[in-house]
Amino acid sequence: MHTIGLAQIVKEHRFFTGLDEAHCKLVCGCAQNVRFEAGQYLFHEGQSADRFYLLRHGRVALELSAPGKGSVTFQTVGQGEIVGVSWLIPPYRWTYDAKALETVRAIAMDATCLRGKCEADHDLGYEMMKRFVPVLVDRLQATRLQILDVYGTPR
Amino acid sequence: MAGSAPTVDPMLPRLARVRRRRRDGPEIWTLELDSEDGASDGFEPGQFNMLTAFGIGEVPISMSGDPGDRLIHTIRAVGAVSAALAELRPGAQLGVRGPFGIGWPMAEAAGKDVILIAGGLGLAPLRPAIYRLLAERGRYGRVLLLYGTRSPDDILFHRELEGWRKRFDFDVEVTVDHAAAAWRGHVGVVTTLVPRASLDPHNTIAMVCGPEVMMRFSAAALKAAGLPDEAIHLSMERNMKCAIGFCGHCQFGPSFVCRDGPVFRYDRICGILSMKEI
Repeated sequence: MHTIGLAQIVKEHRFFTGLDEAHCKLVCGCAQNVRFEAGQYLFHEGQSADRFYLLRHGRVALELSAPGKGSVTFQTVGQGEIVGVSWLIPPYRWTYDAKALETVRAIAMDATCLRGKCEADHDLGYEMMKRFVPVLVDRLQATRLQILDVYGTPR
Repeated sequence: MAGSAPTVDPMLPRLARVRRRRRDGPEIWTLELDSEDGASDGFEPGQFNMLTAFGIGEVPISMSGDPGDRLIHTIRAVGAVSAALAELRPGAQLGVRGPFGIGWPMAEAAGKDVILIAGGLGLAPLRPAIYRLLAERGRYGRVLLLYGTRSPDDILFHRELEGWRKRFDFDVEVTVDHAAAAWRGHVGVVTTLVPRASLDPHNTIAMVCGPEVMMRFSAAALKAAGLPDEAIHLSMERNMKCAIGFCGHCQFGPSFVCRDGPVFRYDRICGILSMKEI
């Protein structure tokens, strides 16, 4: 019963729109419902990136700590989006902190489990890459725009 | 000709005085003006005036006030003229020519959803459109404002944005490019809010104003959300001088921004928007 509910949630999440049944079953085998309260950290910089999260409800702040500046939020993500791409790339370590800004409900994906399934089934691996690459490209574009500091006073 | 209205020379500034001056952000000042000749200050949302700081020069500045009320301009003090205008105190005199240009497609937006995307000071030229949309709220479908700026300290018209957010018939989302951990709102560029907006792409008009690169990215995000090019409108900024399409300073491909814009439909300019030479 629980697995059927999870499969429905995963299929309806924007990140997995259109995922076929076979791949959905594989993905759901690595999935788990999780909840974080406001102020709780999903993970910290430097920790092992052993999960990624499909956000179902609530917003998460991605933060970096800078000497003299404390924690600086460089992005917030919310419902229908994902948190975490470091699980894809060795050495599988988080490169920032992720903090729940409000109550967050999410699906946590076990990264070791999913990496193993992607290695064993390259069609699944390709499917995952097709979904993650646009997220990475969007974030790269957004970062470029942030770096340009377009709202700064022209000199 | 006897009996006809006197001809108004578009090159001749009318005199106005500063009625009120308010700081609206770092180096940003809003001036409320009174016309000295009592002439109508009517304008369409998205139009601009040429403002003269006497003895220094003239610059194009968009209207940022209510089209049905007195003239209001929001100015960032970046050059000699804009800095001089921003310095004007209540009672000080300045010159006003205008209104000029083609503004936001308010009539075309009737009956449709309207998404307004503003970046930084780009909220100022969109504010008259917001006043009009809210004044005639029943004529439009869903109205949504996505506003992005540099940091929480740079949010323009802060108090007014808070008021708009409280309305049940106006969706307002604000995001900043970076913030300290105490900020509870969105962080990220304004384009990241577009996919979250759940737009009805076949019944939505988009009005976008901000730095040109931000508008290019916004147009791309709107297109990715399914909006056709014809439904996207951008307010362009060029070096307007005469403001009536004579001098050529603001030439933008085959158009003059002062006469044919500043608001352009995206399908008419997308081919030249990213050309460095234009």
